Amino acid sequence: MNARKNFDKNLQELQNKMLEMNKLTISAFEKAFTAFKTQDIELALRVIDEDTAIDNLDQEINQFAVWLIAKEQPFATDLRRIIASLKITSDIERIADFAVNIAKATAKIGKTESLMNITKLEQMNETSLKMLNMAVSAFIDGNMAFAKEVAALDDIVDNAYAETYKSITEYLRQHPEETTQLVQLLFISRYLERTADHITNIAESAAYLIKGQIYDLNQ
Amino acid sequence: MIQEVKEENVALMKQSERTSKIRVKDLSLFYGDKQALYDVSLTIEEKKVTALIGPSGCGKSTFLRTLNRMNDLIDGVKINGDILIDNEDIYKSNDVIKLRTKVGMVFQKPNLFPMSIYDNVAYGPRAQGIKNKKELNKIVEESLRGAAIWDEVKDRLKSSALGLSGGQQQRVCIARAIAMKPDVILMDEPTSALDPISTLKVEELIAQLKKEYTIVIVTHNMQQAARVSDKTAFFLSGEIVEYDVTNNVFSNPKDQRTEDYVTGRFG
Repeated sequence: MNARKNFDKNLQELQNKMLEMNKLTISAFEKAFTAFKTQDIELALRVIDEDTAIDNLDQEINQFAVWLIAKEQPFATDLRRIIASLKITSDIERIADFAVNIAKATAKIGKTESLMNITKLEQMNETSLKMLNMAVSAFIDGNMAFAKEVAALDDIVDNAYAETYKSITEYLRQHPEETTQLVQLLFISRYLERTADHITNIAESAAYLIKGQIYDLNQ
Repeated sequence: MIQEVKEENVALMKQSERTSKIRVKDLSLFYGDKQALYDVSLTIEEKKVTALIGPSGCGKSTFLRTLNRMNDLIDGVKINGDILIDNEDIYKSNDVIKLRTKVGMVFQKPNLFPMSIYDNVAYGPRAQGIKNKKELNKIVEESLRGAAIWDEVKDRLKSSALGLSGGQQQRVCIARAIAMKPDVILMDEPTSALDPISTLKVEELIAQLKKEYTIVIVTHNMQQAARVSDKTAFFLSGEIVEYDVTNNVFSNPKDQRTEDYVTGRFG
């Protein structure tokens, strides 16, 4: 007889809630970036509105995890899984906030002619989304190779951020009249860079679950 | 990384050799034809709490009882291997009384004698020949204070010990054990018959006692093992599967069987 059927069911439920939150966050991110690319302000405003659902899930997961710790007093992998879920959830919540920030920047840029082709924002966005999928898979499937791959991809985002920073500041010197948009582009590149860092944290939490040791992949 | 861990383990081993109180080497125990312990080797550190965990019938209580030769009383028991306490092989000496003075024991259920609280605690010292009233008073008070029960019983030392609550009785049992001034206290599921508050009191007491005594505790309560012990040994089918710093055993066990046991997948 499996004496911990109920606990296993609860752990599955915790994971499902986390996956749902991740799905909503990926969708928010994709929408925010599409809104930015196509200058679709209505879509941007929708991303801002829909963030409440993600925040609510974050709270729900936190309360559920605290309750599981209190009632099951978990050990070993169970304990690490719940702790990792808590940490990952707060990283996902931050990532959703960056999607909102990108949406707000999109609204501020408005319909002015886009200068995004002088940046590497597209590449940063694509890499970040790829990283997020890998980091969450690393956690769900216990795949250590994925966790390490995420850290490697973070370097690509960091480099793209450095290049974007350089090209925006250079362009700004020659075109001071574009300051408003260029500052927003700079912000967006910063949001994407921070997003990739939070995703790397998720990979670290996955590594903690798998190996039982603290990893610093953000180097 | 692996090299570092190895060095750390070697350092821990060296440290535990220096501070070891009890060293068990290749201990096997048979009840008639049935083998209950298989080549158990373990070093127990001085003034530390060592928890023994494992499912029913895994040999942890049998192991505990070998440490003060309680198994000698059972017919047909055969023991191979060495148990050294302070470098002395306890099975080579015939002085079991001396051994049990040095190694006290507290059982699952409080087992006080049907006499007064005072007489229960004074029983051992009297049996050792201490008759001086003043000296006995001192031992009784110190022991009851040491077991964190003095304030609760000081006004009724002459009344029957059996009138106390289960939790109080268990702490008087601990007082009775420490009245013999032992070095080692063995505890066989000392709180399994107690309510949660009494359990916490005994656990607090264990934390106090380890400043002076080496404690070995058998418990089925995993949270208790995690709370009170410095090191934990996991027994399964008469063997030690894993023996490590308690934190490691409960947060990141090395053996899958330990993982399965502490997370409640069997046992």
